[in-house]
Amino acid sequence: MEMAVPLGHYLTVAAILFTLGVFGIFLNRKNVIVILMSIELMLLAINLNFVAFSAYLGDLAGQVFTMFILTVAAAEAAIGLAILVVYFRNRGSIEVDDINLMKG
Amino acid sequence: MIVQQLVFYLFSAIAIAAGVMVISARNPVHSVLFLILAFFNAAALFVLIGAEFLAMVLVVVYVGAVAVLFMFVVMMLDINFVRLREGFMQYLPVGALIGIILLAELMFVFGSWVLSPTTAALEQPTPPEISNTEALGNLLYTEYFYLFQAAGFILLVAIIGAITLTLRSRPGVRRQNISEQVHRSAKDAIELKKIQPGSGA
Repeated sequence: MEMAVPLGHYLTVAAILFTLGVFGIFLNRKNVIVILMSIELMLLAINLNFVAFSAYLGDLAGQVFTMFILTVAAAEAAIGLAILVVYFRNRGSIEVDDINLMKG
Repeated sequence: MIVQQLVFYLFSAIAIAAGVMVISARNPVHSVLFLILAFFNAAALFVLIGAEFLAMVLVVVYVGAVAVLFMFVVMMLDINFVRLREGFMQYLPVGALIGIILLAELMFVFGSWVLSPTTAALEQPTPPEISNTEALGNLLYTEYFYLFQAAGFILLVAIIGAITLTLRSRPGVRRQNISEQVHRSAKDAIELKKIQPGSGA
């Protein structure tokens, strides 16, 4: 199957997006909301990889798997934000440095 | 062909720029908006590669649900975002170092990626006579049926978890208690008192 854009370009875009996600976690060490957004960015990059390989290798299983990743990402965002809301209610801040109550 | 390439580079450049803005915007509300932009452009890339159904799902699920959820939380919580920005420059060097190393490693892997010539003989992801959505459905409801059910179960667990986490009973709020209302009988609602004539209540 002939494609206009080579596979490597798709993988490069996905790699840059994934690196941005990792970089975002380091950059916003205190803000849990932006850390969650960075995780979403990383999952998006993974999805892009899956779909690109699925298209270039001629196997739809990659696209099916992307749907499952989407499901898990949505569940993860919902639970993460719920935990965040509860935490803010109890402590009045969402600074990552404050989250050490369970430290031994 | 050339149009397809130009569109690919346009959308991927916007997606990467939006990704940069997500992690560097001062205001988290702007971060969420740039995240939405990144999702839209990724959906366009999906359409370009022939995965229309996933592109639509990406827009509906991510933009319609996840990003709106983020927006709600950012706007509902009264957070001092200036304090959260402290240490931004402090973590920049180590973050940049790790990011560059990771990117270089990924480039080493992906840059030398070549498809074996025999894979070109594989069938197309979407058979030419049916649409992408139909092909996905044919696969999802047959071969991946148990995984599909498991995905539904994960969503159910997420719903229950999110509700139990955030539900709270505040004191001083009068809520309707239907079972109490239904079980109320005339016996405990009305009291008859015998009053002697002329003595007053």
